Amino acid sequence: MSAIQDTPTLAAAAPRASIARRSVWLALGLAAALAPLWLLESFHLFQLTMAVIMSLAVLGLNIVTGYNGQISLGHGAFFAIGAYVTAILMAQADWSFYATLPFAAAVCGMVGYAVGLPALRLGGLYLALVTFSLAVAVPQLLKHRALEGWTGGVQGLFLMKPEPPAWLTARVAITPDQFMYLVALVVAALCYLLAWNLIRGRIGRALMATRDHPTAAEAMGMDIAALKTRAFAVSAMITGVAGALSAAAVEFVAPDSFTFLLSISLFVGMVVGGVASILGSVFGGLFVLFVPNIAESISRAAPGVIYGIILIVFLFVLPDGVAGLVRRVLARLGGRAS
Amino acid sequence: MDAFLLQLAAGIATGGIYASVALAIVMIYQATHHVNFAQGEMATLSTFIALTFIQAGFPYWVAFGATLAVSFVMGALVERLIMRPVQHAPILTHVGVYIGMLLIIGNLTGWVFGYTTKVFPSPFEGGGPMFGGLLSAHQLGSVGVTLGVLVLVYLFFTKTSLGLAMRAAAYNPRSARLVGIRVDVMLALGWGLAAAIGSVAGMMVAPIVFLDPNMMLGILLYAFAGALLGGIDNPPGAVAGGFLVGVLENLAGAYIVGTELKLSVALIIIIGVLVLKPSGLFGRVVFSRV
Repeated sequence: MSAIQDTPTLAAAAPRASIARRSVWLALGLAAALAPLWLLESFHLFQLTMAVIMSLAVLGLNIVTGYNGQISLGHGAFFAIGAYVTAILMAQADWSFYATLPFAAAVCGMVGYAVGLPALRLGGLYLALVTFSLAVAVPQLLKHRALEGWTGGVQGLFLMKPEPPAWLTARVAITPDQFMYLVALVVAALCYLLAWNLIRGRIGRALMATRDHPTAAEAMGMDIAALKTRAFAVSAMITGVAGALSAAAVEFVAPDSFTFLLSISLFVGMVVGGVASILGSVFGGLFVLFVPNIAESISRAAPGVIYGIILIVFLFVLPDGVAGLVRRVLARLGGRAS
Repeated sequence: MDAFLLQLAAGIATGGIYASVALAIVMIYQATHHVNFAQGEMATLSTFIALTFIQAGFPYWVAFGATLAVSFVMGALVERLIMRPVQHAPILTHVGVYIGMLLIIGNLTGWVFGYTTKVFPSPFEGGGPMFGGLLSAHQLGSVGVTLGVLVLVYLFFTKTSLGLAMRAAAYNPRSARLVGIRVDVMLALGWGLAAAIGSVAGMMVAPIVFLDPNMMLGILLYAFAGALLGGIDNPPGAVAGGFLVGVLENLAGAYIVGTELKLSVALIIIIGVLVLKPSGLFGRVVFSRV
């Protein structure tokens, strides 16, 4: 029991907040999410779009690693698969972007399930190892000659952002960049809602029980194997959707965009944002996108070094990440007020 | 047939490299029951240090010895300063710290020594090709060095009381402490030894693949595959596994999947071993009671 209470989520805090207070927060959040549409010019809006996408990818990782305790260092592979499914369908088969999304989700879910099966037999460190080698191998596989007809090989594939529909452009002036941000935001919000619902309910409790004490969980009648493989599938699905969104936002996919460093930065983002925290995934996405940009201005090697130092410092000083810090600060403020 | 023999010989030569990195991984595993993801980056850094010594005018073998010493101290310091504080933390923390070290050491190496590919000298020059051109002098020499290191490690663990103390500290820390073994010192020693063995691997592989900050990434995965194939708790097994992976990789690269997919061979071996025979070919089967 205590282990579950040690990892509070939004769900734990929500019932106490009154409905009025919740709607204020919701309105504030909505305003904060929509304000950049008017405040930022197109490059910064693109960056923010990518941050939203990255936070979605971190959310996917968080479900399997944070909540279910299966360490994955290879989620960049699912991100790549999602991106490629969308890119191939759009560039080679002329599908519309929206039609590719469920398809990318389904493919990634299936691949995730397939990866989850051998993962059942592997303890923490070995799973990290296997997923790590998956992440290293993916760019090679994408470049391979046998797949070149689909993937475009080293050159990659070009595609187009979804155009804002006519009924919208007729009423308001909206650029494709602004529209892409909206699409990413809506899809991300849906996935966050899905994840939140999953985590705060019976399944979420079961996932965490499996992580904290598998023997006890099994004794209480939970099907550990089914839970773990399905957690992997859902996690891969969400990260894959993020990949699909990124393909559309960048309008380009190539094998070298999906090196093992992508997987590692998702992992770092999860740790920094907050392991087993939905809110933490948002911070994680912001971190993954903006910190390397800032660090790159110092030196080419600096992002890696700073990433590494931040990762170790967080593990030593703030193991529950930014989300944990925010929660503690809020709890202290709330404690004083009452 | 000649081409096949050539591939086989080349496989054995690269296998020697994998074997020595695999040995370093198994060393850490024996001392701590953990797999160090940053092993390759530490070995690359050691190799750059060796190059610095050589460029400063030291003879090769003096530089070799000095690098061993520096690497040993570096490994022990890493254990003391970074691993010690999180000794009892969950596995996720350990993985995070390894990844952090991988990023820091790898990028610092690039920062300090530059990203250009460098030529690293071999101590075994001048012999010319041997065995009808199947092996170069360096390949033969590096296989010899790997086997020499293996013999030394084996003797250390089985014939010296320090080796026995290290095994005891890893196997049962509490009992070891009760009979007066300083478990903390043994852990640091294990990390130091692994770093030193890794540096040997780095110095042996650098003349073949050339020296750059990312030299070890692929090698590390092959070495993991080798260590797992041979059994993660068995040093001679890891060496055999390393050689086996080298041969498999070369043959598969030449005849089955082509060179672009060589790395996927490592992935397949890792998954295959873990799923079919998790204890490896020569490993001990461990049961855990719940």
